[in-house]
Amino acid sequence: MIQINNLHHSFKNNNQTINVLKDISFNIEWQNFISIVGPSGCGKTTLVNILAGYLKNNGGEIYINNKKINKPGKDRVIINQENDLFEWMTVEENIKFGAKNKENVDKYLEIVGLTNFKDHYPYQISGGMKKKTAIGRALAAEGDFIIMDEPFSSLDYQYREKIHDELLYIWQKTKKTILLITHDIEEAIYLSNKIIVFSDRPATIKETMEINLGYPRNYKIKNSQGFIELKNKIRELI
Amino acid sequence: MKKILTFILLITLWQIIFVVLGNDNYILPSPKETFIAFKDVLFSGEIIDHALVSLKRVVVGFLMASFVGIIFALILGYFKKFGEFILPVVEMLRPIPPIAWIPIAILIFGLGDTSAYFIVFLGAFFPIFTNTFFGVISLPKIYSNIALTFETKKMIFLKKILIPFSLPYLFIGLKIGIGMAWMSVIAAELIGAQSGLGYFIQLNRLLLHTDKIIVGMILIGLLGYFLNKIISVLEKSLIPWKK
Repeated sequence: MIQINNLHHSFKNNNQTINVLKDISFNIEWQNFISIVGPSGCGKTTLVNILAGYLKNNGGEIYINNKKINKPGKDRVIINQENDLFEWMTVEENIKFGAKNKENVDKYLEIVGLTNFKDHYPYQISGGMKKKTAIGRALAAEGDFIIMDEPFSSLDYQYREKIHDELLYIWQKTKKTILLITHDIEEAIYLSNKIIVFSDRPATIKETMEINLGYPRNYKIKNSQGFIELKNKIRELI
Repeated sequence: MKKILTFILLITLWQIIFVVLGNDNYILPSPKETFIAFKDVLFSGEIIDHALVSLKRVVVGFLMASFVGIIFALILGYFKKFGEFILPVVEMLRPIPPIAWIPIAILIFGLGDTSAYFIVFLGAFFPIFTNTFFGVISLPKIYSNIALTFETKKMIFLKKILIPFSLPYLFIGLKIGIGMAWMSVIAAELIGAQSGLGYFIQLNRLLLHTDKIIVGMILIGLLGYFLNKIISVLEKSLIPWKK
């Protein structure tokens, strides 16, 4: 289990203390798909940076399997909003970069559906394929926990729907634990089994809700009564 | 086709200027006269020896500058604190043109190869160092963060991330550097050497062989072009990830 206890963060700007995160506590059970939604600029990325270990928080602790986290590590691979692939490496080399077992690279290429593109450089593939390469690289590290920071916001709507289904397939096949940060409410409901709603800055947890829509899911679910109700409820909270 | 047309146009223009200046082969030789002189110095081997000497100087000086410049840039870029000490010195030396070093080079190293190496080195070092250094320090945070997450070892970080990322910047430096190196060697030979293409054109000025001066100049242009071309070809094969 991943535990986030009383996380607090603020920074100083022109002698003013700006609170970014306030009293954030939640747990993530293994193999869950959790989303955090909240208004833009509410501090979601700050939370990612703290979870990743890039940023030191002012207060609170993070535990993974009761082990306290204080620096970056392979047990929490981040998939960033921007394109973060090494542009001088092919798709295959990117996935191989952090791979725990180099022999498994082919397997991960197949899972993300890029076997035929393994020798392409990032500039030769589409934005969606770049994201899938990043997912492949994260999977190849063979940690249990993957953090995604608004990974699909740069993709167009149709491709996003397609990659959502692929991500659900990958998640169920690999049994990873995923924390998705997003401002796309529909995306959060469609993918997750639990959603945490953040308030505006300083971010606090407004509500935590279970998404009991069952898996596997397909696009039709978006027209269901339950889905629409959840969507409206979250929209009102933000 | 277009290139041939430009070439014909240039020769025609040259011929016109030759006529306008009064058909005087001492002031500006005609294209025909120059071509004859070119054949002469080529078949006598005279110019080939000078060209080879200049090329040797430029290659040696340029390789030394590349080696020192790249190592220096990597170290100063990687250890930022150390860089802050050294950079002001580099910034102070950089505006001094390589030719301004010739007098002191002659005093220290005498007339000959060593002075030329030194001048070429200076000419090539600064663009190579500055561009590579800029590449190293402009590594986006997102890449160093990924390296942290994947618990990348320092040597792997250097080999697989920092150096490949800096390579396009490094090549900008090499391309400017080879041009500077070539200019520097000619300048150095004009003043402080007894051989080389720079010496060749200077000598022919004293002998009033204007046709040979022009031949020397054309050859300097051609060789400079080919040196640049070599770097460009190398760049294309070493950086396949750029469009």
